[in-house]
Amino acid sequence: MDYEEAKVKITEQLTKKLKTKSKFYFNDLAKILEMKPREAKKIVNKLVENGVLEYWSSGSTSMYGMPGTGKQASAEHED
Amino acid sequence: MAKHETPLLSQLETGPWPSFVSDIKREAESRAKNEKGIDYQIPVDACEDLLGVLELSYKHGRTHWKHGGIVGVFGYGGGVIGRYCDQPEQFPGVAHFHTMRVSQPAGKFYTTEYLKGLCDLWEFRGSGITNMHGSTGDIIFIGTTTPQLEEVFYELTHTFNQDLGGSGSNLRTPSDCVGQARCEFACYDTQAICHELTNYYQDELHRPAFPYKFKFKFDGCPNCCVASIARSDLSFIGTWRDEIRIDAEAVKAYVGGELKPNGGAHAGRDWGAFDIQKEVVDLCPTKCMRYADGKLEINNKECTRCMHCINVMPRALRIGNDRGVTILAGAKAPILDGAQMGTLIVPFMKAEAPYDDIKEKVIEPIWDWWMEEGKNRERLGELMKRQGLQRMIEVLGVDPDPRMVQEPRSNPYIFWKEDEVEGGWKRDINEFRKYHKR
Repeated sequence: MDYEEAKVKITEQLTKKLKTKSKFYFNDLAKILEMKPREAKKIVNKLVENGVLEYWSSGSTSMYGMPGTGKQASAEHED
Repeated sequence: MAKHETPLLSQLETGPWPSFVSDIKREAESRAKNEKGIDYQIPVDACEDLLGVLELSYKHGRTHWKHGGIVGVFGYGGGVIGRYCDQPEQFPGVAHFHTMRVSQPAGKFYTTEYLKGLCDLWEFRGSGITNMHGSTGDIIFIGTTTPQLEEVFYELTHTFNQDLGGSGSNLRTPSDCVGQARCEFACYDTQAICHELTNYYQDELHRPAFPYKFKFKFDGCPNCCVASIARSDLSFIGTWRDEIRIDAEAVKAYVGGELKPNGGAHAGRDWGAFDIQKEVVDLCPTKCMRYADGKLEINNKECTRCMHCINVMPRALRIGNDRGVTILAGAKAPILDGAQMGTLIVPFMKAEAPYDDIKEKVIEPIWDWWMEEGKNRERLGELMKRQGLQRMIEVLGVDPDPRMVQEPRSNPYIFWKEDEVEGGWKRDINEFRKYHKR
């Protein structure tokens, strides 16, 4: 799967689920991409680099979300 | 006068131990005076407000912090832990009060000049409060605002040649003991491997794709000064596979009292003359030592590297010459299932740069397995428990070894598969019943 295709797939799937959740585990993304984790990571890294995804971390666990979505963004006054 | 009244915190200072409250008060005072004329980049009264919010938490019996968030430096998914106060009007100095984890130098060696530089940077761009060192070993910078994060990161990487540490579902900052730099017990160069793996696994350290946290720790010998056996998902403990070297003359000197046992560590009280039988030989857990006719003998095959005899008589007994590491996996603190100690997976392996065997035959197969099969927020030790040590052995492609058994019946791992057994499982039940009634 090339980068553009992956981007569309991730954006579509994450947008679809936005009503119920805005933060996703890495494994959720790997499942959407139907790739092994190490391969998926290369694409996910790029998506973060290009601002399609952003990291969210509690300090102990990390998750991914689309920028500006979820409660966190407004709570941090950073949206 | 202090900005906030803090009677409950002040009470904490009355104990006999050094108090973090006094430290924060001192920093608050120093910031208020600003004798060095620092152009503080976050509110001057951050430390005052920190004390205030803590006092309020004690009063209410609940926290006024929210932690976690999207803050970080560009391209990194770890190293910064967002922290916000839920009473920002009352305590504006700590409304945004993020933690930064800074990777510690291997073995925690740094010069005082370097340390002063780090502290100056943090006074300028943060609260001035540090934690040397956090439980993972990192240098922890406590409290700054979002705009300062990139600035601090730039200074760390460009001026101090230092990187952010790990947090979140990342490889956490690898940590090691002082090793061969200062310790004669070190069986391999802990600092070299710690530094190499930190650099080699940068992507795993900074860009989270693991199910949960993952820790490496390196102990140079079985004394386990960084407690890797209890605190790391992958624990590397130095060992040897030949014989403990005995210096007979030095043994005599210990027995004769010329050399002080334990390096003179228990000299505060008169314990009487050193008794090698009582204090060393009888305390050997595997009873593999004998002292007779002024001669000390060790049956090395039975030695489990408890280190007691070497610790008591370091001049007389030395680690062997054929050295390497023992690797254990799966230790963790309690969250699910309670605390777990590491399980031995590699009894002995050489630890020599560039550590290809360790990387390719141990670390990466384990990661591939855990990344694919680990549930979200499942530590390696929990996956090992869920799928069994046998699966772990398959992943590593090693043969089961009796040394992997903690104690008989504790963690049985040998389950024969049908194709491994001559004749398989099938049997003639009628033939069996001839000899075994129902």
